[in-house]
Amino acid sequence: MSADLTIILPEILLSGFAILALIGAVYTSKDDLASPLVWSTAAVFLALAAWIGFTGQGSNVAFSGMFIDDGFSRFAKVTILISAAAVLLMSEGYMSARGLLRFEYPVLVALAVVGMMMMVSAGDLMALYMGLELQSLSLYVVASLRRDSVKSTEAGLKYFVLGALSSGLLLYGASLVYGYAGTTLFSGIVQVAQEGVSLGLLFGLVFLMAGFAFKVSAVPFHMWTPDVYEGSPTPVTAFFATAPKVAAMALFARVMHDAFGGAVADWQQIMALLSVLSMFLGAFAAIGQTNIKRLMAFSSIAHMGYALMGLAAGTVLGVQAMLVYMAIYVTMNVGTFAFILMMEKDGQPVTEISSLNSYAKKEPGKALAMLVLMFSLAGVPPMLGFFGKFYVLRAAYEGGLAWLAIAGVIASVIGAYYYLRIVFFMYFGDAGEDRLNGGKSPILWVMLMGSAAVMVLGIVNMFGVEGAAAAAAATLVN
Amino acid sequence: MDNLLSIVTFMPALAALILAIFLRGEDEAAQRNAKWVAMATTGLTFLASLFILFEFDPNDTGFQFVEEGTWIMGLTYKMGVDGISVLFVMLTTFMMPLVIAASWSVTDRVKEYMIAFLLLETLMLGVFMALDLVLFYLFFEAGLIPMFLIIGIWGGANRIYASFKFFLYTFLGSVLMLVAMVGMFADAGTTDIEQLLNHQFGSETFSLLGIQVVGGMQTLLFLAFFASFAVKMPMWPVHTWLPDAHVQAPTAGSVVLAAILLKLGGYGFIRFSIGMFPVGSDVMAPLVLWMSAIAIVYTSLVALVQEDMKKLIAYSSVAHMGFVTMGIFAANQQGLDGAIFQMLSHGFISGALFLCVGVIYDRMHTREIDAYGGLVNKMPAYALIFMLFTMANVGLPGTSGFVGEFLTLMAVFQVNTWVAAVATTGVIFSAAYALWLYRRVVMGDLIKESLKSITDMSRRERAIFAPLVVMTILLGVYPALILDIIGPSVAALVTQYDTALVAAEAATQMAAN
Repeated sequence: MSADLTIILPEILLSGFAILALIGAVYTSKDDLASPLVWSTAAVFLALAAWIGFTGQGSNVAFSGMFIDDGFSRFAKVTILISAAAVLLMSEGYMSARGLLRFEYPVLVALAVVGMMMMVSAGDLMALYMGLELQSLSLYVVASLRRDSVKSTEAGLKYFVLGALSSGLLLYGASLVYGYAGTTLFSGIVQVAQEGVSLGLLFGLVFLMAGFAFKVSAVPFHMWTPDVYEGSPTPVTAFFATAPKVAAMALFARVMHDAFGGAVADWQQIMALLSVLSMFLGAFAAIGQTNIKRLMAFSSIAHMGYALMGLAAGTVLGVQAMLVYMAIYVTMNVGTFAFILMMEKDGQPVTEISSLNSYAKKEPGKALAMLVLMFSLAGVPPMLGFFGKFYVLRAAYEGGLAWLAIAGVIASVIGAYYYLRIVFFMYFGDAGEDRLNGGKSPILWVMLMGSAAVMVLGIVNMFGVEGAAAAAAATLVN
Repeated sequence: MDNLLSIVTFMPALAALILAIFLRGEDEAAQRNAKWVAMATTGLTFLASLFILFEFDPNDTGFQFVEEGTWIMGLTYKMGVDGISVLFVMLTTFMMPLVIAASWSVTDRVKEYMIAFLLLETLMLGVFMALDLVLFYLFFEAGLIPMFLIIGIWGGANRIYASFKFFLYTFLGSVLMLVAMVGMFADAGTTDIEQLLNHQFGSETFSLLGIQVVGGMQTLLFLAFFASFAVKMPMWPVHTWLPDAHVQAPTAGSVVLAAILLKLGGYGFIRFSIGMFPVGSDVMAPLVLWMSAIAIVYTSLVALVQEDMKKLIAYSSVAHMGFVTMGIFAANQQGLDGAIFQMLSHGFISGALFLCVGVIYDRMHTREIDAYGGLVNKMPAYALIFMLFTMANVGLPGTSGFVGEFLTLMAVFQVNTWVAAVATTGVIFSAAYALWLYRRVVMGDLIKESLKSITDMSRRERAIFAPLVVMTILLGVYPALILDIIGPSVAALVTQYDTALVAAEAATQMAAN
């Protein structure tokens, strides 16, 4: 029993921290405590990330297989914790300047992160659902953080209703799988599935996949994404675009390989279809956007398509490619959202893309960093974003999905158009009135520059992420 | 000097970094500093690259100055040059100081301008030196970014359209090549170009979606690479981005585009298509030859009716690139020699022609042919230089333009007489549009009011043209300068190509029996 608790100690500590913070803030000064809470939550995240990253070893199972602590989950957890910490650090200035900073925010984010850590470590359908719901419920609330804004409330409600629907689908799938496999443990399901997937099990699998596809916002379960991205306060959008995506994608990989690893042929086509639809819808739908947050929503849909391409390969290399892709994706998004958070005029946030007109003349440094990020998102070498794409293409090709690789690169050309459009506004636009001013924030500046620098310097050795991802993928797929 | 190639390649990028970090302000002093830093760097790069040329041993057909290091994802950082690539490196380093000098009159965002050109130089050099597939792709594609910015920021009135078209067109071509590279990586297990050149890719005919693919995997790989290089080259009918890009780009941008960037496609054809997919090339060669012949005739005719000088020269570039692809896919010694020669000579000539347009554009701010006439009366030196390059463009014996055209025509005559016959008419058309352009701009009486006060070339402008004049005539009179260097490597490539074809033929025979 105590061995079990040792294995989930990071999760326990984080939950304990969240509860203590909640009690402390409620009984004392409430929102005055919000700022220190944000900082300390971020610090706790980073400390946990360092702890998990540096000390974690081997594959451990707790609670008779309900909870798995292996290289794969640790890779995902470190990515989740670091990106969540980065987003929290970015939020503080923006939110306090607009009176949005409530003490619930860091607490909810911490609870969501606990849920995500639970998700990526789940070894059982029940544990999976627990983690997923803890994460989702926290996120529903965070989405409608701006209570007096119609759009924010709408975003929260929309997210909640559609999220509940997807949870229903997932639960239905889980119950079918349980019914036909006779167990909720992944290790049990995989044995049943190896002997041939019965029709009932297949139905269960499809419903499970539908639920996951909703969480990673893959087409055709993406409808909530643009509205939620646009309606939520920008720091929250930044959060949505990073950590939860990693968690959901890792969970997706976990279930597909741990529970249905013997039946790759049964889910490969579905995955490939999700991937190709996401890439093309993301690429086409983003073209007409005028709001940068909506644009980023479609961009993230397209990127999820590429990550799914890695999963669709159904191989070790595929999982590795997905992990590398997600790590790069998260880094790019942190930088891009840091930039979006700095877009303001007279203290009011601006999200119109056209407001970037001739931005490069006034702010050459920031514009250059954004240029690097945009080309990286578009997958143009020499930025790191290209290597992410190269990785998943290779995985897809070697997994026998050459057609998917070809579709992927064609979608990337279409997608390049809207990233170029942002560059176009910043660099080619004619000088006009000042559409943007202010937005001086040292933290955001560091995040933006840091992420742009990573995109360029990362091509030397990827900062060792590659090796870690390879080890992580090897523990998942065997 | 173990890493001479890396030093040469990254010196401009380093200077760009220094400019980006340390140079502040937009005043005149800062602008002058930016220009001089760029000038000094490109000059030094040229000097450093001379070491490569002097130390290069033409009789060694392998790669020389090879550098190798490990990189991510099982790729290698590998650089090296052989007889085919070394002169392209020289062309690049030679042209860049001239390009910077031609940009002396730029006043808008000078620092960024110089940074873009310096980065572009690094990327172009990298393309010619890279000996790893992905490294090659990286340099090849990354070059789009600075060029996109150069056209978009410092271009003409319709620059937005042109820059997007340029980027998306070439990007679409290249991504298919990327998939092919992934396929080659999977097939050969390596991305090392040196090893890939000795790797036999499958050439057994198979059926794909009900279509019989003759030449099998090689043909598919060939087509994927073709998509990229044909756009870059550019070949008819995917050449339409070039006139737009040329017209809108600033003078220096046009020069780089015409003199160096177009050569990336030709270099790619020789290195990859001929070198790695001989069977695929052989299967597709008739198609490419005819496309080249059509390109030569069609774009020459289109050039005849242009009213914009830059557009006219752009179309003439497409026609001249037609000779290059024709020579390459004749796939014999003269053809490849001629193609490489033609590319190098076209680098000097078309670069010079765009500079010629730049000279009068700087004065009159129009590229309309109708706006000029009788310039010889006011600008005798200009008329002389313009005439030299017009003649070189036509392919007059004694200029470098002649050698390349003659060699490629001779080569293709041995392979396909009809293509040669059609292409030869292109020589006549090129004389027509080039001389007609010259007559309308330079000859006649000076009647236009606005031209009365035009001044002849300044000393700076003459200095820019001097090296180009020397090279054009020198190579025209003594082509062995180039042919001696490229000859052995080309001979080795042709031998390898023919051997591979014979082997594939034998394998097919065996299978048939």
